[in-house]
Formats: sequence, C-alpha cells, structure tokens
Amino acid sequence: MRLYIKYFSVHIKSQMQYKTSFFFTTTGQFLVAFATFLSIHFLFDRFDSVGGFYYEEVLICFSVMIMAFSISELIGRGFDRFPMLLGNGGFDRALVRPRNVVFQVLASQVEFSRLGRFVQAVAILVYALPRSGIDWTWDKILTLTLMITCGSVLFFGLFVLYAAFSFFTIEGLEFMNILTDGGREHGRLPFSVYGEGVLKFLTYVVPLALIQYYPLLYLVGREESILYALTPVLALAFLLPCWGFFRFGLRHYKSTGS
Amino acid sequence: MMYRALFRIRFTNSLQYRAAALAGLTTQFAWGFMYVLAFAAFYRSNPAAFPMTFQQTVSYIWMQQAFIAIFFIWMYDNSIFEAIESGQISYELVRPMDLYNRWFTMTTANRLSRAVLRCLPILIVAFVLPEPYRLVFPGEWARLGLFVLSMVLSLGVVVSFSMLIYISAFSTINSIGTRIVVGVAGDFLAGGYIPIPFFPDALRIAVELSPFGAMQNMPLLIYSGYLTGSALARGMLLQVFWVVILVCVGRVLLNRALKRVVVQGG
Repeated sequence: MRLYIKYFSVHIKSQMQYKTSFFFTTTGQFLVAFATFLSIHFLFDRFDSVGGFYYEEVLICFSVMIMAFSISELIGRGFDRFPMLLGNGGFDRALVRPRNVVFQVLASQVEFSRLGRFVQAVAILVYALPRSGIDWTWDKILTLTLMITCGSVLFFGLFVLYAAFSFFTIEGLEFMNILTDGGREHGRLPFSVYGEGVLKFLTYVVPLALIQYYPLLYLVGREESILYALTPVLALAFLLPCWGFFRFGLRHYKSTGS
Repeated sequence: MMYRALFRIRFTNSLQYRAAALAGLTTQFAWGFMYVLAFAAFYRSNPAAFPMTFQQTVSYIWMQQAFIAIFFIWMYDNSIFEAIESGQISYELVRPMDLYNRWFTMTTANRLSRAVLRCLPILIVAFVLPEPYRLVFPGEWARLGLFVLSMVLSLGVVVSFSMLIYISAFSTINSIGTRIVVGVAGDFLAGGYIPIPFFPDALRIAVELSPFGAMQNMPLLIYSGYLTGSALARGMLLQVFWVVILVCVGRVLLNRALKRVVVQGG
C-alpha cells in the first residue's frame, strides 16, 4: 500500500508537469459529460418522465454512473491501457519484477484527468439530491454509497475482463466498449427504460443494473424492501469470473517478443 | 490529377483496417440500438411532445450510425496533427502541392473510406429490423438524391471545419485539448447527441444558421423526411454558403500560420 501511494504521487507529479495539457484534457472530460447532461436536460424540457422516472431521479442515476466510472477509470486505467502494455513488451518487464503483477498493472497508470468527469458528477448530484424529494435517512445514504462504490468495483471488473481478453488478441477489443463506455453513456437512464431484454441481460449476464436500476428503485421509494438497497453488493460477485479469466489468460500468456 | 492519386492512396490505405472496422461495427450497432430504445421510451411517455415522428427519429439514428465517419467532427485525421506537432510538416512544405488542398483531400479520403467500410452492414441490419425500430427507405428517389447531395455538402462542411482545428495546432503545440473541446461542443451542436429538432427553440434557430446546423443535421433530416420544400432549399443553400466561407477562412489562416511557422529542431 505504501508503495502504491508512492506510485500515486509520482503520477500526480508527472502529470502536473504538463499543466496546460492536463487542464485541457480534464476540461475535455468534463465537457463530454456535460454534453450528455445537456442532452438529458433538453429532453426533459419536453418530457416530464421516461419509463416512470422523473428528471431528478434520472440525474441521480446519471451522476452515480459517471462517478462510479470515473473512479474506476482513475484507478484502473492500467487495465484499460493493458493491450498497449502487452504490445510494447512492458508487461514482460512487470513479470520479472518481484512484485504482484496486478499491483504493477494498477500502479502503471493513474489518470487524473478523469477527475473532470468526477467533478461533473458531483455537481449534478449536488443539484439533484435536495430536489429529488428523497428523505435522506441513513438507509438511503447507505444505498447511494453502495451504488457508487460497488459501481466503481464493477466497472473495474469490466476493465480487468477487457485486459484478460487482450491476452488472446493483443489488440484492444472495441466491442468491450459497449459494456464499459456504453454502460456509462446509456446508464444515464435507468436500464428498465430500454426494455425487458436489455434489463435481463444487465441483471444476469453483466450486472450493471444491480448497481443502478434496483437500488434506484429503493432510493426513490418505489420499492420498500431493503433487499433492493443491497443489490449492489451482489454485483461484486461479477469480479470472480473477471479475475478467474484474467488468471486464465495470464497462464496462457505468450510474449509478443519485442 | 495529383490530388486524385493522393485520394486513392489514402482511400485504399484506410480500407486495409477491415478487422478494426468489423469490431467497430458491433459497437456502433449496439449504440444505435440503445439510442433507438431510449427514444422509444421517451416517445411512449408522451408522443405529443415529440418534435419529429418516431419513424423519422429512428431513421435519423440509423443513418447517423451508418455514416458516423462522415458526420462527426471528432473523427479527425490524427496523422495531420502528428505532422504539425512532430515537425514533419517541414517535408510537407517542400512538396510541390498546395498544403490546404493536400490535407483537404487526405481528410476527405480518410472519412469516405471509413464510411464505405462501415455503412453497408449497418444499413442492411437496420433495414431488416422488426417494425418500429426499422430504418425505412425514403418514398421517392428525388429525396434520396437530395440526401446524397446534402451528405456531400455536409462532408465538405465537416472537413473544412476540421481544417480550422488542424491549423489551430500550429499555435498550440499540444492540440489535444482543442481537439476534444471543439470536437465535443461541435458534435453536440451539430445534433450528434440528440437531433437538433429536440433542442429548445431559441438554441435550435441559432444552431440551424451556424455551420454546425449544416453538418449531419441536413442530410439526416432530409432522409428521414422531416425537411421538405423551402426549408430544405434554404438549408442546402446554407450548406453551400458555409463550405465556401470555411474554405476561404481556412486558406487565409493557413497562409498566415505558414508564414510564421518555426520548425523546432532537426
């Protein structure tokens, strides 16, 4: 852990060397999220609700998703860039060092420009929370916290899965973006909005709905059972196959030899 | 002649990346489908508040996904940025070609080849989808003709607009910020996130007059049958107007930038 903090501060220092570049990429990240926010805002100018959800509820949903995503991308960027690490032989160097491989991949990249997205999420949350009409008792606070934390863990799992695939393909797989970037972008609306098929897929196969739709139901008071508040914890089980697949890929790893 | 050869080279060059295109296709198809489903949900919640018909919106989304490489500003030609930032530009300057024309041709070829690779599979799948989510063929051939013409014009607007961003890289050294900021803002205003008819009225009217309204907005609304008659004619005239203006401004700015260019190091 101490070593990780050390890496962390090195990354901060190195990225702060290029302040304008850092500033612009962070602003860019902010703007991307802001454009999505604007499109929601414009739509709700015309429509009162979508799939039974109101503006503030959708905003909570949206900000939770980008917050979870930006946290996991800030920390797990190393896995997101993993194909590059494989391609340039950097991973071979990691293998011969006397430290845990996962730790090294994690520490290889920390992307602070992702804070731009995070700031956007915080701003929207600050706007939406008081206006949502939710009575903020401890269980609701817990629900929201679980959504964000378990959400970032789940996205992290998806990054690991993405990295695991690239053991076999070396190239990055663009179709994984449907789950990571797509989960973030389309997660701006509760997944039930997209219909039964999509919701089932995102419940049982890639459990993104477990950190978004179900706890949201409890949060806004559509469901009373506390079980709905705890569904994000279930989503953590998704880490197991991701991790297993990564180990499997690691065992079958052949260096690209450069 | 020279530019035709350059166009051919760039075009066939980008056609090589078929596997990448295939992977991109699946992603794009899924994205398009999620957009369609989201709009369907909004439509169910209040059909009267929809500025376009649902069918028009669906056609808009599928055609947008199919020709994404033509319509979106952020699909830059990164080799041009690299040329400017790495100093390769000095080689370009000694070539007996006009730099503006050269880059214009390269970008156009690049965008067209990517669109050619991607459009057919998406179009085929979108045409055979079940009813409300299906891409429909425009009734008359005349409309299809106008769509193609307007798409050519919008390619012109997008390329001449991105030329301005390439040129701005001369004065910033690190252009990644401009690229993202202008790309995102521009694509939003052009109707890349939600179609322009969904904008609030004041913004919609302003954007329709701007170069952004002359990009993907025009061909997509023509294809879907939203734009007809005098509004259509006016929009296409605006497209021509913006191509001319943007090309002129780009040429002037490029000449100014080239006069001051300092190639760093050797």
